[in-house]
Amino acid sequence: MKVERRIISVIVQNEHSVLARITGLFAARGYNIETLTVAPIPDSNMSRLTMETRGNVRVIEQIIKQLHKLIPTYKVIEHEEMIEKEMVMMKFPINESLSNIQALCQAYNGGIANVSSQHIITMVADEPKRVKHFIEAAQRFHPVEIVRGGVVAMERE
Amino acid sequence: MEMTGAQMVIEAMKLEGVDTVFGYPGGAIMNVYDEIYKQHDFKHILTRHEQAAVHAAEGYARATGKVGVAFVTSGPGFTNAVTGLATAYMDSIPLVVISGQVPITLIGTDAFQEIDATGISRSCTKHNYLVRSAKELPLILKEAFFIASSGRPGPVHVDIPKDVTAELAWFDYPTRVDIPTYRPTTKGNVRQIKKASEAICNAKRPVFYLGGGVIHSNSADLVRKFVEITQIPAVETLMARGTLRHDNPLLLGMVGMHGTYQANMAMSETDLMIALGPRFDDRVTGKLSEFAKHAKIIHVDIDPSSIGKLVDVDYPIVGDLKEVLEVMITKVKEHIDPDRYQSWREILKRYNEIHPLKYEDSDKVLKPQWVIERVGELLGEDAVITTDVGQHQMWTAQFYPFTYPRQLITSGGLGTMGFGFPAAMGVKRSRPEKISVNFTGDGSILMNIQELVTAVESRLPVINIILNNHYLGMVRQWQTFFYDKRYAETDLSFQPDFVRLAEACGGIGYRVETKEEFDEALKDAVEKKVVAMIDVIIDREENVLPMVPSGGTLYNMMLEFKE
Repeated sequence: MKVERRIISVIVQNEHSVLARITGLFAARGYNIETLTVAPIPDSNMSRLTMETRGNVRVIEQIIKQLHKLIPTYKVIEHEEMIEKEMVMMKFPINESLSNIQALCQAYNGGIANVSSQHIITMVADEPKRVKHFIEAAQRFHPVEIVRGGVVAMERE
Repeated sequence: MEMTGAQMVIEAMKLEGVDTVFGYPGGAIMNVYDEIYKQHDFKHILTRHEQAAVHAAEGYARATGKVGVAFVTSGPGFTNAVTGLATAYMDSIPLVVISGQVPITLIGTDAFQEIDATGISRSCTKHNYLVRSAKELPLILKEAFFIASSGRPGPVHVDIPKDVTAELAWFDYPTRVDIPTYRPTTKGNVRQIKKASEAICNAKRPVFYLGGGVIHSNSADLVRKFVEITQIPAVETLMARGTLRHDNPLLLGMVGMHGTYQANMAMSETDLMIALGPRFDDRVTGKLSEFAKHAKIIHVDIDPSSIGKLVDVDYPIVGDLKEVLEVMITKVKEHIDPDRYQSWREILKRYNEIHPLKYEDSDKVLKPQWVIERVGELLGEDAVITTDVGQHQMWTAQFYPFTYPRQLITSGGLGTMGFGFPAAMGVKRSRPEKISVNFTGDGSILMNIQELVTAVESRLPVINIILNNHYLGMVRQWQTFFYDKRYAETDLSFQPDFVRLAEACGGIGYRVETKEEFDEALKDAVEKKVVAMIDVIIDREENVLPMVPSGGTLYNMMLEFKE
């Protein structure tokens, strides 16, 4: 069976238990949601969820149909070509080179978010694959903490 | 008008035209029961277990197509009701189940009789609600009935905290609902219907594959007409029994694991499967890679997630079956030549001559199939039949002469033992002019036996016919076939005296071992119009045949069992 990575966006009524209804469809099949981002859509009573998952194509198609079937679901967006961005924050010890760190962050669409007496905090927002590369490249500055956000995605057109 | 949440529940029932509520009171739902006490608009039937209340509501809904209603309390009251919700969910039965909940102020504190009810029912209902204030209640109740009965029907659960039932709010019951995120497609795509119609007219070996959707959409009349016009043979799933009259020469019988040889061969050799409202259950398809291997498939279903779920479909049509058929029949009518399927019909007829549905009758011991056929001869269309789950269920589906839709009421998808008796009470309540007969087994009947009390008290004269082989028969059959006769925990030789058990609850009991005794018992039970238990001692070793072993192919049936 073919295993695929999929980004699924769902627009739902912004009401209690709607997230549980959606994640329940994945949980019931033993499927993992790798990343998840939820936020209300401005000036509406809807919210947008973006999920990244991996699994058997047929099962994912079934999940997508059942996402449509949930009463609070307004729309399920699922395109081959989505513009995807993911955010990551990293914390480094203050004794690492600030300018080298800044240069690296800039190469990945980011910068320094905060500098305290102890730590440097950086922030990068880029495509998921590039975020992965950034984390690898940043290892030489001995990061003490990494926080990744989920994927957000938008259809190209 | 201002009223309490509890009064709103009663008013909503009145406005929805509910005439019967099945239920069981308890602490968290007492405010609602207090209002039930004060009203005369609907009858409340007190079952003796919450599971039975939901099954009874299902029986009511399945027999009429109307929404069935059950009330239960929080905690154990609700958890007992879950099996009923799941049963209704699997078979797409419209229900509204209202449960009490601990007061909002106590939710999440592990209060007495608290359970996360909506968390539990989420995966076994079409939709559910936790009501957070009385002012939400009118819209939620209206939506609950609307969602339960529209689109693909299903159970809806409404969980109401006790303080909400006491809270005052303005009651203005909506006359209609519009949920922007829920608009089921009922009208099929015309172009797709046209293509499907052409395929029907051009097919050589088409077959109708009729599912439960035919019953839910009340399209049996149209299906009968369609079959008549096209002269295309048809198979029925368990849930579609009664769509065609049993004596219709185009009916090939039931399909699937215990279907007829001709039905399963038709499904295997067809070049065009016309699937009307089935869901390609594994008990029907057998091994998927061999299922309908040579066929193009038309699938009409109101639920898009049903189409292409297990089998790739060539002509998917999402819509209400009735609306789709109205268009499809006019299109097909113009070009159809029923004679072109003549040789196909001949082939299937020959299959039936070679391996008809049969059993060996005996003078020494009662055969379950004889009992079922006999009830069919004596009561025929006067009886609405319910079943429990197991061998007796399959024998009933195979041998009872069904003549109309909703005549067989059975738990198909979930296969819930203990369903039959309470469901039969719901049938009797909604169809009082019919004789309510429940075919059951000595295993199943004990799973809701306490309902003898309810049935007697509420004057719901159900005739329970226990096909008693002192075995958990269907499991025993699998142990015989596939586990070298290691009968692990399936010997039910130790059992109650069913006659005295029935009498102890105010019913009437019979124990029969011969054909004459059976006839007398049935006639007596029908005449006396009381709750009856006919304990029929049948051949212990009788098997349900033919059979497609689990995961096997439809065209490779086990026609008899040889030691």
